[in-house]
Amino acid sequence: MRQLNYSKAITEALREEMRRDEKMIIMGEDMGVMGSVFGLTIGFMKEFGAHRVIDTPISENGFTSVAIGAAMRGLRPVVEIMYVDFAMACYDAIANQAAKVSYMSGGTLSVPMVIRTPAGAGRRSAGQHSQSLEAIFTHIPGLKVVAASTPYDAKGLLKSAIRDNDPVVFIEHKSLYFYDAKCDVPEEEYLIELGKADIKRAGDDVTIIAWSQEVIHALEAAAQLAEEGISAEVIDIRSLVPLDFDTIRNSIIKTRRAVVVHEAVKRGGYGGEIAAQISDELFDYLDAPVKRVAGSNVVIPYSPALEDKIIPQTGNIVATVRELLHGGKNAVFTNAV
Amino acid sequence: MVIRKYGRETLIKFYREMKRVREFEEKACELFAQGMIEYNIHTCIGQEATAVGGCQALEKNDLIICTHRGHGQCLAKGGDPGIMMAELFGRETGYCRGRGGSMHIASIDVGILGANGIVGAGIPIAVGSALATNILKTTEITLAFFGDGASNTGEFHEALNMASAWNLPVVFFCENNKYAVSVDIERVSKVKDIAERAKAYDIPGVVVDGCDVLAVYETTKKAVERAREGLGPTLIEAKTYRYHGHFEGEPQVYRTEEEMSEWKKRDAIERLYKEIIEAGFASAEELADIDKEVKEEMEEAALFAQDSPWPAEDEAMRNVYSNDNERSVAR
Ligand SMILES: Cc1ncc(C[n+]2csc(CCOP(=O)(O)OP(=O)(O)O)c2C)c(N)n1
Ligand SMILES: [Mg+2]
Repeated sequence: MRQLNYSKAITEALREEMRRDEKMIIMGEDMGVMGSVFGLTIGFMKEFGAHRVIDTPISENGFTSVAIGAAMRGLRPVVEIMYVDFAMACYDAIANQAAKVSYMSGGTLSVPMVIRTPAGAGRRSAGQHSQSLEAIFTHIPGLKVVAASTPYDAKGLLKSAIRDNDPVVFIEHKSLYFYDAKCDVPEEEYLIELGKADIKRAGDDVTIIAWSQEVIHALEAAAQLAEEGISAEVIDIRSLVPLDFDTIRNSIIKTRRAVVVHEAVKRGGYGGEIAAQISDELFDYLDAPVKRVAGSNVVIPYSPALEDKIIPQTGNIVATVRELLHGGKNAVFTNAV
Repeated sequence: MVIRKYGRETLIKFYREMKRVREFEEKACELFAQGMIEYNIHTCIGQEATAVGGCQALEKNDLIICTHRGHGQCLAKGGDPGIMMAELFGRETGYCRGRGGSMHIASIDVGILGANGIVGAGIPIAVGSALATNILKTTEITLAFFGDGASNTGEFHEALNMASAWNLPVVFFCENNKYAVSVDIERVSKVKDIAERAKAYDIPGVVVDGCDVLAVYETTKKAVERAREGLGPTLIEAKTYRYHGHFEGEPQVYRTEEEMSEWKKRDAIERLYKEIIEAGFASAEELADIDKEVKEEMEEAALFAQDSPWPAEDEAMRNVYSNDNERSVAR
């Protein structure tokens, strides 16, 4: 089958939806003439015109709200916030405006828009260009939140997000743009429903729940653990809101152990939410406490000597699973990261 | 000729300072290309006169707020190139002990109140610093550097309004290099000069040739004096041009070779070089000696950075909070 990398898959989703629906527009800094700073929309301005591929000024709160207004009038804007960190410069637009419209209008208005935004550390970009902020969006009712880890998922989910009638924050890990691995992406059209997790690897001894780039680390960890005779199941939740808890439940009933992995800071991270839901509903099935492997409660440091130490790596996941299995209920856990 | 107003010493100083900025940037580019600097850098090659002319108009205890394109601004304010380079390398000896990097050099001792990676965010912070000057009844003024792109943020407008309403000792210094990454300012603003926007806040707005270091210096000096006398803020717009991509290796599809060569004809360093020689203030040999010294200085800066230690791993969690840190990062 034809293979694509992550950024090409996103480009294809955007192009197909632009061709399919004249009401879709793309807005953001450097989206037009340059084709986006990560090169995802090269050629779009030429194909679709400057009225549909709009180079905005550096006015995040302004242009995100402009997109909201346009969406309320029936357009389907896909806004790019160049780094998720800058979404904090337009949090009013996202949290107080986009997220509120449907409910506060009694369901009479809606905001069919997507906010695409690259996130994540690992590129020596320091504290204002490296964060993983998905939990902040999940905390706001009214927003859907998606974070795909593979090219196949990214394409199918982005197309669904664009056709969705609610505001969707679509988080793309920057490192995945530069990740060499390609994967099979069919040429025929397909969609992936929001809120459906994917079991990326089946296993019996432990359930590792992850999203975005951490899925890749989780799969590497599972491969290493297999060599030690530990069979790990890796669930990629793909969408944080809505969350497919059924897949998580079924897996944990089988494995009786769970580790949630995310790059974002541990405190207040979405892993805490998942862990709490597991404890609430599946306490009787668990053989051990739910563990989290997550980023340290720190600003992302610039120095290469520090950055990799404070974000979860494959080894941290392996170590946590080992402790979980070998220590049982009485294991003494070292702080994974 | 305006140059006659200035003595040899001043002119040579301006020349040397601009050369230092360019040489620092050239060196940083070289090290980046070799993979010695891991993070991509935003250089100000071509914009030396704005950093130098702006900072030369300041006193040592005055403060600046820098941008993501801030190496020149830091150096011109008095930053040490070795300590700066160490920061670019992510070493413990850098201005921010390797925690901030190229975009975030801060040093209160040098008068650098921080450099921002969030475009526009530094402008109101400068206003806050100016507010402190007034409330604390001190004398230093604050100068905020920012780009043409930043002038389209809400922060720019909100900051100008507050500074004007409260009559604060701040200078807004816009380095208009025509582009915000790929976006030509003319495509996202109908106002011909960004300085025009000062009118909306009833403060002076001045356009200056950003390739003429003396003009930049004089304009900034006036604004600084005005601020120091308690007459409030000024918006300066210096028209300039960056020679490299937005970051190293950025493809620059949005501009032409012709546009670049037109701007290079007005190169601030060459211009001052010619003026100094023509006015007889220094010989070509003397200026060549300066070039050589500057080159050596930056070589040394690079060596200092290269030889500096990395931050210790177990110190990654320090300084998240200024007190009670350990408990606050623990859980
Ligand atoms: C709030 C915010 N939006 C977008 C960016 C990404 N970005 C970094 S620099 C830049 C262009 C800035 O242009 P300008 O202010 O003219 O400064 P220049 O780079 O030309 O010096 C952009 C869009 C950012 N850092 N912060
Ligand atoms: Mg600019």
